Amino acid sequence: MVHNEEFSGKMALSVPALLELRGVSRSFGALRANAEVDLKLEAGTIHGVVGENGAGKSTLMKIAYGMIEPDAGHLLIDGVERSWWRSPREAIQAGIGMVHQHFMLAGPESALDNAILGESRPTGRWSFLPPLLRPLDRKGAIQRLRKLSDEFGFDIDWTAEVETLPVGVQQRLEILKLLDRDARILILDEPTAVLTPQETDELFKNLRKLTRSGRSVVVITHKLREVMQFTDEVTVLRAGRVTARLKTKDTSAEALAEAMVGRKVVLRVEENGKSRTPVSNESVLQVEALTLAAARDNGKPRLNQVSFDVKRGEVVGIAGVEGNGQSELIRALIHPSHADCRTSGQVRLLGVDITHTRDSEIRSLGVSVIPEDRHEEGLLLDRSLEENYLLGLQRDARFSNRGWIKRAQLRTLVNEALEAHDVRPRDAEAKARGLSGGNQQKLVIAREFSRHPKCLIASQPTRGVDVGAIESIHSKILEARSGGTAVLLLSSELDELMGLSDRILVMYEGKFVAEHRRQQGSSPYDERAIGLGMSGVIQ
Amino acid sequence: MDEQNWYQSAPFQLAASTFRLAAPLVFAAMGGLLSERAGVINIALEGFMLMGAFAAAVGANHFADPWMGALIAGGVGAAFASIYAVFVIQYRANQIVAGTAMNFLAAGLTPFFCKILFDVSGSTPTLPIAVRFGSEPIWGAWILLALLAWLWRSTSVGLWIRFAGEHPQALDAAGIQVNRIRWASVAASGVLAGLAGATLSVCLSSSFSRSMTAGRGFMALAAVIFGKWRPVPTALACLLFGFLDAVQMRLQGVQIGGVGVPVQFIQILPYIATVIVLAGFIGKSRAPRSLGLPFEKV
Ligand SMILES: Nc1ncnc2c1ncn2[C@@H]1O[C@H](COP(=O)(O)OP(=O)(O)O)[C@@H](O)[C@H]1O
Ligand SMILES: [Mg+2]
Repeated sequence: MVHNEEFSGKMALSVPALLELRGVSRSFGALRANAEVDLKLEAGTIHGVVGENGAGKSTLMKIAYGMIEPDAGHLLIDGVERSWWRSPREAIQAGIGMVHQHFMLAGPESALDNAILGESRPTGRWSFLPPLLRPLDRKGAIQRLRKLSDEFGFDIDWTAEVETLPVGVQQRLEILKLLDRDARILILDEPTAVLTPQETDELFKNLRKLTRSGRSVVVITHKLREVMQFTDEVTVLRAGRVTARLKTKDTSAEALAEAMVGRKVVLRVEENGKSRTPVSNESVLQVEALTLAAARDNGKPRLNQVSFDVKRGEVVGIAGVEGNGQSELIRALIHPSHADCRTSGQVRLLGVDITHTRDSEIRSLGVSVIPEDRHEEGLLLDRSLEENYLLGLQRDARFSNRGWIKRAQLRTLVNEALEAHDVRPRDAEAKARGLSGGNQQKLVIAREFSRHPKCLIASQPTRGVDVGAIESIHSKILEARSGGTAVLLLSSELDELMGLSDRILVMYEGKFVAEHRRQQGSSPYDERAIGLGMSGVIQ
Repeated sequence: MDEQNWYQSAPFQLAASTFRLAAPLVFAAMGGLLSERAGVINIALEGFMLMGAFAAAVGANHFADPWMGALIAGGVGAAFASIYAVFVIQYRANQIVAGTAMNFLAAGLTPFFCKILFDVSGSTPTLPIAVRFGSEPIWGAWILLALLAWLWRSTSVGLWIRFAGEHPQALDAAGIQVNRIRWASVAASGVLAGLAGATLSVCLSSSFSRSMTAGRGFMALAAVIFGKWRPVPTALACLLFGFLDAVQMRLQGVQIGGVGVPVQFIQILPYIATVIVLAGFIGKSRAPRSLGLPFEKV
């Protein structure tokens, strides 16, 4: 455990911490999501809480916000111990606000109504009426909110339905909502997952403004660059326990990564020193003018005349802020014959038109898919690893004899695959649900790679996967590339795209707005330029 | 046509019976709207209504006062709806299954109590005209609509109900108890469906008779969907169904090409219209996002 004695001692003497959690524990069944966690939030600071997926970051902060009850532990506000919140309402009254990982906004309602949802102070002309009959004071609310948004240079159309606002604006709305309730302690759960690099910088600039006015901010993230660049202090969680509490200036990204994972890790995508094999000229996947009409009238098309190709032995990355058509593109490629996935355009595999081919046939033609949401589309969580390995391969001659499964052969092949892809536990009969995110993903990859695909479509291959497994997944993808597979890679992690791709296409509002080719040297791409494309700025 | 007798003209008569027949639908649909917007599917509207119709007839009969009948109908509707709420909110039962069960329960309980109280299972004693409502429920339905539309747009409660069905986690994160809002909405839908039943038995007819709701609860639910889960369009949909019902009554006994059309064919008109409306025209109607899903903290 890395512990900075000097720092925790000195700060305690001056001003009491705004918020302190001591010895917080919480279990879900047999799982200890938090075990004796301490966290101290000093006034006027940005505090990073980092840890791998499932480390217990969200649980801890939901405890601080009164959404989850702890099993044990103490809560101190301004240095004074008090009883745990019985509901978020009490936490809000004490000045704590939280922006959740998935925004707490109702899409069809206006920005204003979303902002005043929790409003309970009697204001306006009708303040003498009992709450049940009191009309909402929308006029007063909009004045307050306008003043706040001007202060921070935010621009929000308060009458617009939230679902029509860009994600970045929705996030600002969430922050303003908290400020309007006089929050002094702001907790943001993975706020940068949905932002471009520029928007991320902008967000932290605004958070810094907030800390100057005496507020404190907790930012949950697993992106170490942000922690190093923007936070004052950092607490690292691993498997529910605190493994480091440090001042940011006294640490390094490598040290934090080690505290997160528990061993040394390589942070950049490495290719073992080997240079990349050259890309061939042979197109494997060719897409022409792929279009998906808008879901509603007068909306923008969700895919707008998308054309590109992926060659043998090439990794083509697709960058974009979530919700700009990436998921739709993947769906259109996997199910081109469905009308609600593709309205026009053509998809060819090795020169053959597969636009009207059935899904299962496309798979047997040599297309493998690592789906975006492995729980929904990749695995049957309550079935065994063996059955999951068979999923989609049940007609494959290796496993089936005229519809009868070759049990013995299946078991041998599954065991080999678990070994080769280092899936733990190596137990063909274990349920998929019991595996960690990383091992579940390795199982999906083992299955999809077993067909030796000509084309691999990988969506968010390392989302929710522990840092250790990320290395192994990346090297599998690069291995496939060297073996001649055409890889289409979609990821919200720009570092991942830049590390793996030979080309990066940038999507914005259902269209490709830029193409970047890999350059020689240590920084193959211009991150700024890609970020600009993601926010719709075309150079 | 006589100047003085303009109110006897066919169009006016048709309009008047449209509003009469729409009144119970408006009450029930507003109830359905409350519960559905709070996130609870309300197939049981039909059953609530039937219980209300029975309770109103009994109450009006006993106290010789239609208002007492309406009061008791509202109370019984609320109580019956609370049983439904226990199943679907407390115990997270499947809302379609539990709702269907409530409908069966109402269909069985009403003749059972009728038999106990009046020794006939078919219908309650006929109410004299003084013990029946005149046009009060018909005005009441539209006053209710105005009230609800205001509640909807302009009060915190309206906002909470909308969020309870759309994004209950957001409501919870704002410190408001989702299940309390849902519970209150389902109970309120019981009250309104009870009043819808009262309108049937104490205003449109003069007694309770077995299965007298005849699918009007479902029709009200169809109006909610057709009205895209919004008060005013929902009420307009009720008016449309009321109109079709009124037309149906006028058409009974008409002859087409000298041949009498069997009355059953005429009577199914409103139902066919409901099916067509639901299947053909709703298109882009969008249900509250969390409709039918028990609330889970995440
Ligand atoms: N409501 C819940 N029920 C059961 N398990 C939960 C619940 N919430 C979180 N967990 C589990 O607790 C662990 C920590 O989760 P979380 O705090 O969300 O992690 P993080 O935010 O660091 O990714 C995970 O293994 C998760 O599956
Ligand atoms: Mg989390």
